[in-house]
This record gives sequence, C-alpha cells and structure tokens, in this order.
Amino acid sequence: MVIRIDPLNKKLFRDLWRIKGQGLAISAVVACGISLMIASFGTVAALDESKDAFYNRTRFADVFAVMKRAPDSLLQEIEQIPGVATAETRITAVVNLDIPGMNEPATGRLISLPERGTPLLNNVVLMSGRYPSTQRPNEVAITDPFAKAHSLSLGDTFKAIINGKKRSLEIVGLGLTPEYIYALGPGALMPDDKRFGAIWMSRKALAAAFNLDGAFNDVSMSLQRGAQTEEVLRRLDVLIKPYGGSGSYAREDQLSHFFLSNELDQLRTSGAIFPPVFLLVAVFLLNVVVTRIVTTEREQIGIFKAFGYTDVEVGWIYLKLVLILVGVGLSLGMLLGLWMGDSMITMYKTYFKFTLRDFGVDPAVFATAAAISLGAGLLGGLGAVRQAVGLSPAVAMAPPVPTSYEQSGLAALFSKFEISQPTRMIFRHVSRFPIRSGLTIIGVAFSVALMIMSLFFLDSVEKVIQVYFFQAERQTLTLTFVEPRPATVEQEIQHLPGVITTQPVRSVAVRLRNGHLSDRKAIQGIVSGADLNRLLDSEQKLIEPPPGGMALSKYIAKDLNLKLGDTVTVEVMQERRPVVEVPIVRIVEEYLGFQAYMRLDALNRLMKEGPTVSSVHVLVDSRYADELYTTLKDTPAVAGIVQQTAALDSFRNTMDNTMNVMIGFYVALASLIAFGVAYNAARIALSERARALASLRVLGFTREEVTYILLGELGILTLISLPVGCLLGYGMALSMSPMLSTDLYNFPFVIENATYGWSVVVVSISAIVCGLITRRRVYDLDLVTALKTRE
Amino acid sequence: MPDGAQSETRVRETFRAEGITKIYKTGDLRVEALRGVDLTLYEGELVVLLGPSGSGKSTLLNILGGLDLPTAGTLFFKDMEITAATQSELTTYRRDHVGFVFQFYNLIPSLTARENVGLVTEIADDPMQPDEALEIVGLEHRLGHFPSQLSGGEQQRVAIARAIAKRPDVLLCDEPTGALDSKTGIVVLQALERANRELGTTTALITHNAGIKDMSERVIRFADGQIISVEKNPVKKPPEELTW
Ligand SMILES: Nc1ncnc2c1ncn2[C@@H]1O[C@H](COP(=O)(O)OP(=O)(O)OP(=O)(O)O)[C@@H](O)[C@H]1O
Ligand SMILES: [Mg+2]
Repeated sequence: MVIRIDPLNKKLFRDLWRIKGQGLAISAVVACGISLMIASFGTVAALDESKDAFYNRTRFADVFAVMKRAPDSLLQEIEQIPGVATAETRITAVVNLDIPGMNEPATGRLISLPERGTPLLNNVVLMSGRYPSTQRPNEVAITDPFAKAHSLSLGDTFKAIINGKKRSLEIVGLGLTPEYIYALGPGALMPDDKRFGAIWMSRKALAAAFNLDGAFNDVSMSLQRGAQTEEVLRRLDVLIKPYGGSGSYAREDQLSHFFLSNELDQLRTSGAIFPPVFLLVAVFLLNVVVTRIVTTEREQIGIFKAFGYTDVEVGWIYLKLVLILVGVGLSLGMLLGLWMGDSMITMYKTYFKFTLRDFGVDPAVFATAAAISLGAGLLGGLGAVRQAVGLSPAVAMAPPVPTSYEQSGLAALFSKFEISQPTRMIFRHVSRFPIRSGLTIIGVAFSVALMIMSLFFLDSVEKVIQVYFFQAERQTLTLTFVEPRPATVEQEIQHLPGVITTQPVRSVAVRLRNGHLSDRKAIQGIVSGADLNRLLDSEQKLIEPPPGGMALSKYIAKDLNLKLGDTVTVEVMQERRPVVEVPIVRIVEEYLGFQAYMRLDALNRLMKEGPTVSSVHVLVDSRYADELYTTLKDTPAVAGIVQQTAALDSFRNTMDNTMNVMIGFYVALASLIAFGVAYNAARIALSERARALASLRVLGFTREEVTYILLGELGILTLISLPVGCLLGYGMALSMSPMLSTDLYNFPFVIENATYGWSVVVVSISAIVCGLITRRRVYDLDLVTALKTRE
Repeated sequence: MPDGAQSETRVRETFRAEGITKIYKTGDLRVEALRGVDLTLYEGELVVLLGPSGSGKSTLLNILGGLDLPTAGTLFFKDMEITAATQSELTTYRRDHVGFVFQFYNLIPSLTARENVGLVTEIADDPMQPDEALEIVGLEHRLGHFPSQLSGGEQQRVAIARAIAKRPDVLLCDEPTGALDSKTGIVVLQALERANRELGTTTALITHNAGIKDMSERVIRFADGQIISVEKNPVKKPPEELTW
C-alpha cells in the first residue's frame, strides 16, 4: 500500500529535518525544564507521602517534653489538657557507648518501651528481630542504620555506660523511628550513623537503672484535630515545671522533622524556580526559530494561499512544527526526569532513615508537565503562526526586497571609524535587529547566571565551613556533661591524656521572648579570651563576650524583631527557671546553629548558680587521642562527645551527597541552555546570511573571512552577555541566599572569582563549540545554489 | 596547434576550455548539464551566450568563474589551469581576476552602495576607488544609499561597480538585465559596455534577449549542454541602439 502524504505534511517533515539541530536544542531545553519539574515534584511527593505514611504508621507525636523526674500520676493531668488525644510517658537517657572496633566513644539515646504492647506514640518499625522482652533487662533494639554502620546484627552485643555502670547489651531487634529519620545526635551538626543511634529497652530495665520506678522523664502526645498547639504547650509547661521540665516543644521544633521539612521546603523552592526559567528560555528559542521560518517562507506561504489553502491549514503546519518540537522535549524530559528523580530518591535514602518509597510520578504531574510545556510552546510559537496566518497571498508576487538598513545613531558612529566592511556588516546587523540581539544576549546571560547561581551554593557552603570549623569552632572535641558541673571539672579534664587546652562552656536552654514573639534557643556562656570556641563578627574578627548583656545572632534578632540596645526577656527552661530581662549589646552574624551568647560568669549569675559548666571544649594532641578516647568511654558523666573533624567530615559528606547532585544537574542544564541559545543564534544568522555570505565568497572572500563575519556577531553577543550574565547571576544569588536560609543554616552571600571564571569559561566553550559547528556549515556552503534563488 | 592560430597570438587568450563536461548526480538522477564544451575567449572581447533554458549556460559561466568545477575537461585561465586548482586557489583566482554580475543583484543589504564596492576594493590588489567605480556606472549621487533604498536597476549597477572596481580580467554576467525593464536594462548594459571598453575587461554575458547580441563581438549559442554555433557580429552596436 502506498501511503499518501499530503504536500503540506511533506513540507513539514522537510522543514523539521532542515532545522534538526536547532530543533533538538529547543527540545533539549524544554526537556531540562520538564525533567527538573518531574524530578522535584516526584521527589517532593515521594518524600512527603512516605513521611506522612511513616508518621501515621508509627503514630509520630505532635508534642514532646523532657523533665528530670515526674511521678506516673502526672500523666492523668497531662491527658486532661484540652486538645490532647493520646499521651504517653517514657524514660529516655543519653549515654556513652563502647562499640567493638571503634576507638572513639559513640552516643546512644536510650528509649523505654512500654511494659505491655507496643508504644502508643513514636512506635518503632522493626526491620528485623523483635521487641526486647520485659523479662530480660539486657535486650535492646537499635536503629538499623547505626547497626549497619558498625556491621552489628541480631544477637551481637555492645557496651553502654548506663548511670555509671558499664553494661553489655544484646541486640534483638533492628528498627526505624520517626524521631530519627534525620538521625542527629545531641550537639551534632550533621547525622553520623557511626556516632549516634537510638536504643530501645524495656521500661522496667531503664526504670531500674535510673531509679525512676513509678516515674518518667519524657512525655509525648498527639493532639486532636484543631487543637491549639501553643495553648497545649503552655499548659504542659505549667504541669511539668515542678518536675524539672525543660520546656515542651511541638513537632515543628523536633529536630528530625525540622530537617526533613526543611529539605522538602528547599526542594519545593528550587522546583518552583528552575523549571520556569528553562521553559521561558524554550519559549524564547521557539519564538525566534518559528518566526524566522515564517519570515523566510513568506513567499511559500503566499503561494500556498494563492493555490487555495485556507489560513487554518497554513497556520496548522507551523503549529504542528511547534508541537512536535515541544512533544519531543516533553518525552525526553519525562524520561530524564524519571532518571533524575530516581537518583535523587536513591540519594535521599542514604540521608533520611525511614521507609522512603521509590520514585514515582503521579500521572497528574505528567499531565501538568505536558500542559505547561505545550502552553509554553504555543506561547512561543503563536506569534509566528499568527503572522503566517495573517500574510496575504499577494506577498508571493511582490518583488524581493532587501532588508532595509538605515544610516542612524549607532550605525552612523561606526561609519566614522576606519573599520573594514566585514566588521561593519557585523555591527550593522547587530544593531539592525536590536531585539533579537538583545534576546540572544539575555539567553546566553541567563545560562551564565544559572551557572553562577548553582556554583554559588558551593562557595557559600565553603565559606560556612571555613568560618565555622576553622575560625569559630577550633576545638578537637566537645564534651557535654549529663548534668551541669562545677567549673572545677575543667581542671580534671586538663589532666586527661593528650589534652592541650580546654575552654569551659555553660549552655542553657531558654525561651527568648519579645512581646508575643518567642523562640526556643540556647544561651552559650563563654569566657573572655576564649581561644577554641570563638565569637566572631561579620568580618570574622574576634569579639570578646560582652560584659553587660547578650550578644545575639542576627537571625534570631530578625526573627524576634529585636535590635541593638533592646532588651529581651529570657525565660530559662531548666533548673530554677528564672525569668530575666537582658539587654542586647551586640549582634553577631552566624552561618550555622544560631545562638545567643553571654559571659560565662554573667550567665552563672543569671542562673543563680556558682561557677558551673555544662560542656568543655578540648584541644587534643592527636598522638594521644586513642588513649583519651579510651578514658572517655568509661566516663559516665560525659553524655556526648562531638568531634570537630568527624563533624566536618559528615558535613562535607552530606553536602557532597545532596547539594552536589543537584548542582551537577544544574550546571549541566545551564551549559545546555548556553549551547541551545548560542547554536540557535548562529544557525539563524547563517540561514539569514547564507546568500550574503555566498556572494562574498563569489567576490573572492576566503572561508575564514566569511566565517569571521558570521561568528563575529556571535562573538560580540557572547562577549556582551558574559558580564551581563555575571551581574544577573550576582543578583539571582543575592536574592536566593535569604530564600534558602533556614532556622539552622544561613547561606552567606559569597561568590568566589572562580565561580564567575568557571561560568564564563563553560558558557564561552559552549559558544565556541557552536561556532565550530556552524563554521563547518559555512565551509560547505554551495555557492551556485545559494545565488540561484532570490531572497 | 594549427598554424592558423599563429596570426592570432597578438590577441591573447583569456580562457581556453577543452572538453568541459558537467554531470549533476542527485540520487538516481543524472543530469548532463554540459557535454564536451570547447571554447576560447580572447582578451578584451565581449561575448554573448544565448540558448534555451536548461541548456547549460549558467553552468559554464560558473565554471569559468571558479565557482564550480567540471566533471571532466580542462580549463585554462591564461597560464593557470583552473581545473587543477584547489579550493583556496580558486578563491584567490576569483578575488584577483573575476567580476560577477547576477540576475538577482546579491548586494549586501547592511552595506551602503559605496561600502558594497569597498567590500571588494579592500581585498583587491590594484583597485579603483569605490567612488570612481560608482561613477562609471553613473551612481556617483547614490553613494550613501542602502540597497533597500535603491531601485532594481540601481542595485544592478552597484553590483556592476562592485564587479569592476577591482579591475578584473574577466566580467561574467548571468542575465544581468533579467529582472529589469528594457529601459533600465539599457542603462545597465551601458555600464557593462563602458567597463569593457575603458578597462579592456573580457566580458561574457548570458541573456535571453536576442537583441542584446548586437552589442557583442561574438555570439555563442547553446543547446543541450553543447555549443551549437559561434558567430562573429560584424557591427557592434552601442547599447542605447538595442531593442527588445
Ligand atoms: N545543482 C544542480 N543539481 C542538478 N541539476 C542541476 C543543478 N544545476 C543545474 N542543473 C541542471 O543542469 C542543466 C543546466 O542548467 P543551467 O543552469 O546551466 O541552465 P541555463 O542554461 O543557465 O538555463 P536558464 O536559461 O534557465 O538559466 C539543467 O538541466 C539543470 O536542471
Ligand atoms: Mg541560467
């Protein structure tokens, strides 16, 4: 059977084939936008749904509080608080662990399991094994990632120092918990599966170990729908205050949840910013290309119409062209998006510890992606198609008119200079089509900016690392005590093996309040002349802790609407819980973990206590480190040890795993945009000038000279767009930096020269590659045919 | 070489073509555009090429001008064997020796009349001033105009000025009056004739207007890719006396 293709469709296919390079570039840019959209929507959906499912399945609590010791009878009162659905008490404790094969001590959080049945709230999802038996006090279940990090399996044992006694614990179960999806140990900045894990034991065993029979030190509760969380927290605080409660907090402030939702927010933000940028560029490219085609085919269109084809039939060919280009981009984008999403989920699986479902995309997202890209395509092509529809058949008969140029303004300026005619052609052409030249400049500039914006993240993180780890926090490790201790403990620590210097710290959990605004924070008491953990100003110059007041992190000050000279109400959440007014005498800029600072002695006075410390920073001689660790493993008073190098490693690791994946995508996509825009510009210039260039060749110009005319234009436009792009990137990074900052992390606005350099280099290379490809076309120009036809 | 040629040596040869064949192959299609053309053009003469559409006139002219190479045969420009030249030698050949005029003027729209001519004078060895070339074609008052601001005839005269400004040895014109009315055509032909006369440029002119043959020294007729006749024109008429 012979398939008859009507001539219009034949023409369509020939056109498509002719512009295949440009078409592919457009489709690729569409694909980028769509793939980012699908990947980020799909990832957000997978994370969000898995999170909700996991929270539901484990009955993750809405409100949490810890205290020193409260009688079991308090539970009834807590349950009476209006809005509370379920309340459950627990015994929890942070302990040092001695893991076989690990020199440094690790930290564990012991969590009690109810006498009967499974926990009502914050249940463990057992991956293997079983719950520890009430009858056997040494049986435990531990978090699965912690076990994996140490190659521990069911039946293995490890040691923990529980209330001063070293005990051997046997693993009978491996599980996951909603409380540690993001498994951050006490005082840690980043999760580290080797150094922190949760451990579940029977309540009876824990009560016995900590003398908490008939008592608890931890309560969690779920709320009824529509409950007033703030009010519940307030009432709970009142109830637990007599029992040494250190302030209740809602799920939003629960660390693991906080990080998870933070990551989700960030994903949503980037998912909302990047795809539109790509689609806009695609719209622009489509517009340029289709307009160009319609312009060159004015006569053909006129002839079609003269033969009796209707406007709709003619418009439809060009519309089909647009739809095909967008359709190809859409399909490629969907495939690419599935792949990207899949690799993002794989990455998140190592980062968030819960039953994260595989990447998958709701058909609705596909439909939205299709609708958006088709919409973008129509937007880009419609102007051109309308132009085709509006053409009168008479244009076919009109004589060819050379593009009109005028001696004016900018062009006149060129005439004054002694420049060669080819150079003059370049300038005339650029200024003759200012809009098109401008759009090309914007397109290329956008890719430079996108590249700068992506690389800016790395600069920013590096700046944080430099300041935080190498200038602000210079200790080898920090020992945090179970209970605050008399300041003399510092001397004891100085005598431990390998200790070079120490620095005492008093950290107090407080609620900072300014009118109705309040924030749960910690005040750090530091000594003057501190050399390990130092307070820095925004230029990273050392500041002494202010004698008569508080130094406040800029971010907290902004949050609480406080400025220098104001006073802030400090509601201490522990010990005697004093409430005091403290003047703000200094604002400091911090990048990581925002806090408030006071002089150690002033803080001790505020707490109505003698010289007391809660942790000590230590600088260690690395030769004696192992010896020190062995000693520390057996020191029950030490609840947590944070090692700076390990923290830095895990910080870098996390960043490498998460950000670099995204940044890699963005950089690749930005190069693609640069390529797409430059290639289109070059190809359009070529198709428009083929005839002029052929004429020049006939006149005896060499291929190189002719190539110069063509690529000179691309070169000039690229040269202009590079600084424009740098400025644009600067602006985009500047506005991104606050958008991405969170309650815990500040993205400082830093762009290294290397970032500008790389962006410029990568984009220039794309432009040069386009130039080389186009040069081949100039070389293959067929002089005879180019001249035979009229414009 | 026949002895009779001896008397001709005072009039030197510009082109000598022998057995020029051009075959176009596109897929399975094979078109013999030229089928063994022998032709000699002499220095300073003006020849007109006539023949039905598709007979191979343009193909030959393009080969003479170094735009295209024949499938077989040899072509000499003076002592240079065009058929043995490389692409870059062909470019140099065009740059130094050949002026082209086409039916569709092929001016650069972004350059003014003077600049279009300047395009050529900048790269030529011993060119005339652009203004001088434009004066020859009678456009001294249109120097600063862009192609879009000129009539078809004026555009064609700029193209001629551009072609002669480098004082080429040969001027190849493919239907230079094809897109013009007869009155304008005559002005264009006058410009060509003046260049031929004053500069001594060997000129080959393709046309479909048999009337134009009267301004030539020889008329070469084509049919089916071959030369079917070469006849001398006894009386050369000035262009203003031509009619068609
Ligand atoms: N690029 C090409 N590919 C295939 N065939 C070609 C090509 N160029 C010319 N021909 C064929 O070669 C033959 C001679 O063409 P040419 O252009 O030399 O004719 P012409 O005598 O100049 O005609 P006209 O007076 O119509 O301009 C024609 O049959 C034409 O179809
Ligand atoms: Mg012809």
